[in-house]
Amino acid sequence: MSDLIGLTAAETAEKVASGEVSAVEVAQAHLDRIAAVDGKLNAFLHVDTDGALEAAKAVDAHRASGDQLGPLAGVPLAMKDVVVTKGLPTTSGSKILQGWIPPYDATISKRVKDAGIVMLGKTNMDEFAMGSSTENSAYGPTANPWDLSKIPGGSSGGSSAAVAGFEAPLSIGTDTGGSIRQPAAVTGIVGHKPTYGAVSRYGLIAFSSSLDQAGPFGRTVLDAALLHEVIAGHDRCDSTSIPQPVAPVVAAAREGARGDLSGVRVGVVRELQGEGYQAGVLASFEAAVAKLRELGAQVVEVSCPHFEYALPAYYLIAPSECSSNLARFDSVRYGMRVGDDGVNSLEEVMSLTREAGFGPEVKRRIIIGTYALSSGYYDAYYGQAQKVRTLIVRDFTAAFDQADVLVSPTSPFVAFGLGERVDDPMAMYINDLCTLPASLAGTPAISVPCGLSDGLPVGLQIMAPALADDRCYRVAAAFEAATDRLVPPAEVLA
Amino acid sequence: MAHLAHLARMAVSDEELDTFAGQLDVILSAVARVAEVAAADIPPTSHAVAMTNVFRPDEVRPSLPREDVLACAPAVEDDKFRVPRILAEEA
Amino acid sequence: MTTLSYEDVVARYEPVFGLETHVELGTRSKMFCGCSTEFGAEPNTQTCPVCLGLPGALPVVNEVAIESTIKIGLALNCSIATWCRFARKNYFYPDMPKNFQTSQYDEPLCFDGYLDVEVEGKSYRVGIERVHMEEDTGKNTHVGTSGRIHGAEYSLVDFNRAGIPLIEIVTKPVPGAGALAPEVARAYVTELRDILRTLGVSDVRMEQGSLRCDVNTSLNRPGEEWGTRTETKNVNSLRSVERAVRSEIIRQAGLLDAGERILQETRHFSETTGDTRPGRSKEEATDYRYFPEPDLVPVAPDPEWVEKIRAGLPELPAARRARLRDSLGVSDDDMVQMSNAGVVDLVGATVEAGAPVGEARNWWLGYLAQQANSREVEASDLGISPAQVARLIALVADGTLSAGLAKQVVDGVLETGHDVDAVIAERGLQRVSDTGALEQAADEAIAANPDVADKVRGGKLPAVGALVGAVMKATRGQADAAAVKEILLRKLGVSE
Repeated sequence: MSDLIGLTAAETAEKVASGEVSAVEVAQAHLDRIAAVDGKLNAFLHVDTDGALEAAKAVDAHRASGDQLGPLAGVPLAMKDVVVTKGLPTTSGSKILQGWIPPYDATISKRVKDAGIVMLGKTNMDEFAMGSSTENSAYGPTANPWDLSKIPGGSSGGSSAAVAGFEAPLSIGTDTGGSIRQPAAVTGIVGHKPTYGAVSRYGLIAFSSSLDQAGPFGRTVLDAALLHEVIAGHDRCDSTSIPQPVAPVVAAAREGARGDLSGVRVGVVRELQGEGYQAGVLASFEAAVAKLRELGAQVVEVSCPHFEYALPAYYLIAPSECSSNLARFDSVRYGMRVGDDGVNSLEEVMSLTREAGFGPEVKRRIIIGTYALSSGYYDAYYGQAQKVRTLIVRDFTAAFDQADVLVSPTSPFVAFGLGERVDDPMAMYINDLCTLPASLAGTPAISVPCGLSDGLPVGLQIMAPALADDRCYRVAAAFEAATDRLVPPAEVLA
Repeated sequence: MAHLAHLARMAVSDEELDTFAGQLDVILSAVARVAEVAAADIPPTSHAVAMTNVFRPDEVRPSLPREDVLACAPAVEDDKFRVPRILAEEA
Repeated sequence: MTTLSYEDVVARYEPVFGLETHVELGTRSKMFCGCSTEFGAEPNTQTCPVCLGLPGALPVVNEVAIESTIKIGLALNCSIATWCRFARKNYFYPDMPKNFQTSQYDEPLCFDGYLDVEVEGKSYRVGIERVHMEEDTGKNTHVGTSGRIHGAEYSLVDFNRAGIPLIEIVTKPVPGAGALAPEVARAYVTELRDILRTLGVSDVRMEQGSLRCDVNTSLNRPGEEWGTRTETKNVNSLRSVERAVRSEIIRQAGLLDAGERILQETRHFSETTGDTRPGRSKEEATDYRYFPEPDLVPVAPDPEWVEKIRAGLPELPAARRARLRDSLGVSDDDMVQMSNAGVVDLVGATVEAGAPVGEARNWWLGYLAQQANSREVEASDLGISPAQVARLIALVADGTLSAGLAKQVVDGVLETGHDVDAVIAERGLQRVSDTGALEQAADEAIAANPDVADKVRGGKLPAVGALVGAVMKATRGQADAAAVKEILLRKLGVSE
């Protein structure tokens, strides 16, 4: 394993900026790593070797001409395939978009490129970001770098595996109900879901528009914060983008790294632990809370009685919105077309295309969503779920009166076995138990590694009020500084 | 079930219909719990961020080059998207 | 079934109608993206990720579209919502890129207004239920022997129109117009169109489909509850609005007379036959699964903004008509006549452009009305502006044109679309006012007709008419007969 791939993003950027290594060398080292291990991981759907080397060359040229480089210039990144990239295949993990080459860039794609970040390629994911294991990808599952028989989490499993497996120091994921935090937790890395509206959604292939949010993965809190500052910020192309300055997350990560949390009130959410959680997960979580107390935090217990309704509310809202968002995949303007034999009508061709192009989980959710929105059921399902959302927001507001941040395990379980839960949707859905409340409330939350259970990583979730993403980073960085970094056993990918 | 699949313009095999029907029952009975707590006086939250009046000025911006627009289409004729015959009249 | 007479039907039944009118706004860019709205561009050249519904694209609302909608709402005496949202209307159709239309559902931007219209001297109040915003669809062309959707082999889609801002104006049901229901419906659409043009929010070109109507009609016997209504789509001219209501009244009466029930259904209006036929609606009732559009934030117009828009509204057609009636001193009878012909504003504008009222009235109710009738268009769509009519009147007044020449000029303007002066120049229609040329023509006429000249000299003044005729012939009718006569008499040394 080349030394270059073991560096953090911050270290890499520093070495590129100082000229100690070239961006091309860094990119090549990661491309070599991908060539060596991705056959086992299947983290990438598309590797853009030429584009990556070209981008790296441009960074080196800028440096050579004396230009000031951005804080992540020359650092490689893996992009979740839900993000639209001009000229690069973008499938959202679905067959229905196989072969689509977008004619435009997502805002975050543009920002990443403008920052001199070197995009290595597009990562695997559950189809249209629906899932918690990346097994719903139309292009085969991704494996966990800790144990190839385990899931890497989902839906951003390709992005988490790529970072945990040293294929890239940074990646971008999207989180609708936990799709950044849970994969980060089960692969032992850092992943942050920003405040809804902090990162532009323009060019993210929509799953559930009122919940989707892109965010960073890194192996350290500082790395995630550096990427956060690149992709966040107001975008006029997204009406729900917040027109406010980006929270000072890098400064917060640096401050947190000093390891002092005195004066910080940490609320432990009573409803996000106990029955249904693996014992090893709870043990790691309790140890983490003790550690926070050691760092000077004042720990209190808070109650959020409506969090138990987050799961049912989420599984109404997300499918409803997705049933509408995915209607555009109709074989008219782009993507797959099936059954156009000159006899079938357009209606039949649309139906056949959508039957062939969507996987079972996507179909399941489209059906649920269509049902929940249909006349006579709207009030009982979608309407009620939106009210539950209000109750969850109120729970958060009350809890944040007593605490600056709230903590919980990120996931009730460590990575489970590939194939273990695919046939039981409800067993899959409860993966999101802890991550859903922040999704529904639009509040920020980070997952930071907090030890191992049965040799597999456990994640600590730190939640903050809307727009206070910096609090997540500060507490996470302090915790990280006081704990050992988790590195997957080298022999797994040897 | 067949009606929902039709509304969603999605052909579904009989086998899939059976599987889905069973799973839907489980899922819907689980999610129906939302009704337990959502009282009439609670306002719904449709947007996580409370913003209003996000507008853009009425300015013309460049459109995509037509070759890009049509490049990914399954079928094109006369610079338009070609689709099979349409059964239903416009809604 | 024998065809019933309309008079017989409306003597026995009371019609109730309602209208849903879609108007394309005249914004420069589309409702949710920066693509141009210009009509007639090459297919699929005015499209982008947003209006093509590409994966990942997001809408942003055009501020002028909101402002225009508020203007319309205010002009229609509506309340303006203090908070409202867009909603998604979900249904599949190939001209709709996202397979949902971004529209408004139970929270329209403007609601609860009215519009008063006058028919045969009587005022009718048409209640306005709502004015809401939505987006237009693309355009399908059906390829096959029929050229229509039915029997087509396949279709072609152009998305240039997709995403152009549309507003939908929905009336409340209008009872009480009796036999005049078709005329009141037409007067409403006419007035609405004039308001939209006055506001400058749409150029309302019906022939380009920028204003389209759906007409709801029901019948009931006096004293009974309102009947089941039908919705007639595809009603795309003022004349068709009137015809559609009338034909639906007659059709429904036939069914009711026969003891049959009226089906609540969508029907289509045929411009050629003038009647309605059932639409091929889908087997099951459409379920649009409306829900609040999560990609757009709510619209909450600041009351101060609304008041500023209200203060800046131009004088509306009804007020302008009242002012014209007062300031021009037009009689009530004239007003009714002008109103029925839909030329009040045209007369007013012609007067504002400098023409005397009487002349303006005579032109718009006379030759121009005839031309509009024979072309089956509204006088305002004729293709000659009030300013040009005023110019014409001025040219007649100063003797440049004779009345006959002026009509030829109008014909030229309507044929070519050029303005009055250009047509005169192109066609050489100007009166010959070059006195040198007239003098010469007079000399020639006298020389060629010595007998007649002698008669005139001898005191037989009416004989000069033959000489005048000769001069007019020589100048191809472009001379002023009175001036010619004067010249001839002078040359012959006699006076009248």
